[in-house]
Amino acid sequence: MNAVDPPLALLAELTHRCPLRCPYCSNPVELSRASAELDTPTWKRVLAEAAALGVLQVHFSGGEPLVRRDLADLVRHAAEAGLYSNLITSGIRLEADRLAELVEAGLEHVQLSIQDSDMANGDRIAGLAGAQEAKRRVARLVREAGLPLTVNAVVHRQNLGRLAQIIDLAVALGADRLEVAHVQYYGWALRNRAALLPSRKQLDAATATVEDARARFAGVMVIDYVVPDYYAHRPKACMGGWGRRFLNVSPTGKVLPCHAAETLPGFDFPSAAEASLSAIWYHSPSFERFRGTAWMPEPCRSCDRREIDWGGCRCQAFALTGDAARTDPACALSPDHDLLAGAVADAQAREPGFVYRQHSAAQRHTSELTSSPA
Amino acid sequence: MADTNQYKRVVGGSVPRFAPHARFRFDDIRQAWVVLAPERLLLPDEQAVEILRLIDGERTVDAVIDELARRYEAPREVIAADVIAMLQDLVGKKVLRQ
Repeated sequence: MNAVDPPLALLAELTHRCPLRCPYCSNPVELSRASAELDTPTWKRVLAEAAALGVLQVHFSGGEPLVRRDLADLVRHAAEAGLYSNLITSGIRLEADRLAELVEAGLEHVQLSIQDSDMANGDRIAGLAGAQEAKRRVARLVREAGLPLTVNAVVHRQNLGRLAQIIDLAVALGADRLEVAHVQYYGWALRNRAALLPSRKQLDAATATVEDARARFAGVMVIDYVVPDYYAHRPKACMGGWGRRFLNVSPTGKVLPCHAAETLPGFDFPSAAEASLSAIWYHSPSFERFRGTAWMPEPCRSCDRREIDWGGCRCQAFALTGDAARTDPACALSPDHDLLAGAVADAQAREPGFVYRQHSAAQRHTSELTSSPA
Repeated sequence: MADTNQYKRVVGGSVPRFAPHARFRFDDIRQAWVVLAPERLLLPDEQAVEILRLIDGERTVDAVIDELARRYEAPREVIAADVIAMLQDLVGKKVLRQ
């Protein structure tokens, strides 16, 4: 068995609180309360331990990381430890002075989400009036602050028809990089699958649009494209393999191989409040569980791609088959591959509305966000 | 592919430099050079490290090629093809500017 390499990046999910209610949210159905979030000293220790362990980049994410008042403090601590800091944000309520504070603290890059080029539809998807206008304003602030800007556009059946306009919008906003990401069906997103899954025709058109834009904007804007699992022939190498490259720390301090893993049954994920990241990365049973290839069932075990795609995604295997140790159904060799075609057929047959997370406006804007959507 | 962006083409007279938010540094834990950029992480091989260590915002691509050809006593055109291809790739990824 190969020795375990140190992780490359840390996804620091500072909070589950968020002003938006995107139906494609891949955070768990049950969100963590503000009162259960890690405190500032613990996050600082996590960042220092991550750097000592070999982590090179930190992605401050959530939820909306801006709702944490200690964000600049954490960015500064990360920068001092030598970590490269990325902020993954909705941009809502980000003002020039707060951004200046973050830049001064050592923030290197901002990734800003948009929901559509069409403002009304974008706000409908985000579940917040005025959201798209705010994002345009924030993109300008980021450029004026001299930071590189990534625009993240999660795409699905209800905005894919405007992909070309979405790409043009990203260029107009001054993005150095655009992520066009088809929805990944985890957490809340799985509830909205039938409202989000594109048709094969839409997918093919989108892929052609991306190829064309990549050529036209070469050297101006890099486009990263995340394809949807439901039309895949081979699974994605989720997280580059379980426990191989990434660490995720959840708002309450659970240390996970990916941000969706907390939904898997039969795991007792260790807490960063109780153990060091190093002990967890190298020795915890939960990181060992699906690391490498020894855990694999057939057809993965004898597949010549087993160290390319690492069996695909454990969370998707669980979400679709009820067994996290099965081959990812996104693989055409999986005995469960027809589940995907079934989901696509079901989605094409219906036009359901979005199911939004139910949290009141008061809860969204104050510290106590309850975890009981519907 | 990038014909509409001729001005981005790396040529002998180009003076490449790292983008403001790209970091090229030695990682003590891995004992290896790394390039850090927005949500992007490159682990350059030995040859790429040799090239990148000559990128200082002052040397032209021609000067970089001359230096490497001298060090390795290799034919200049072979070195030039490698260097330009690598730099072009990194300009496309917005890790380098020129």
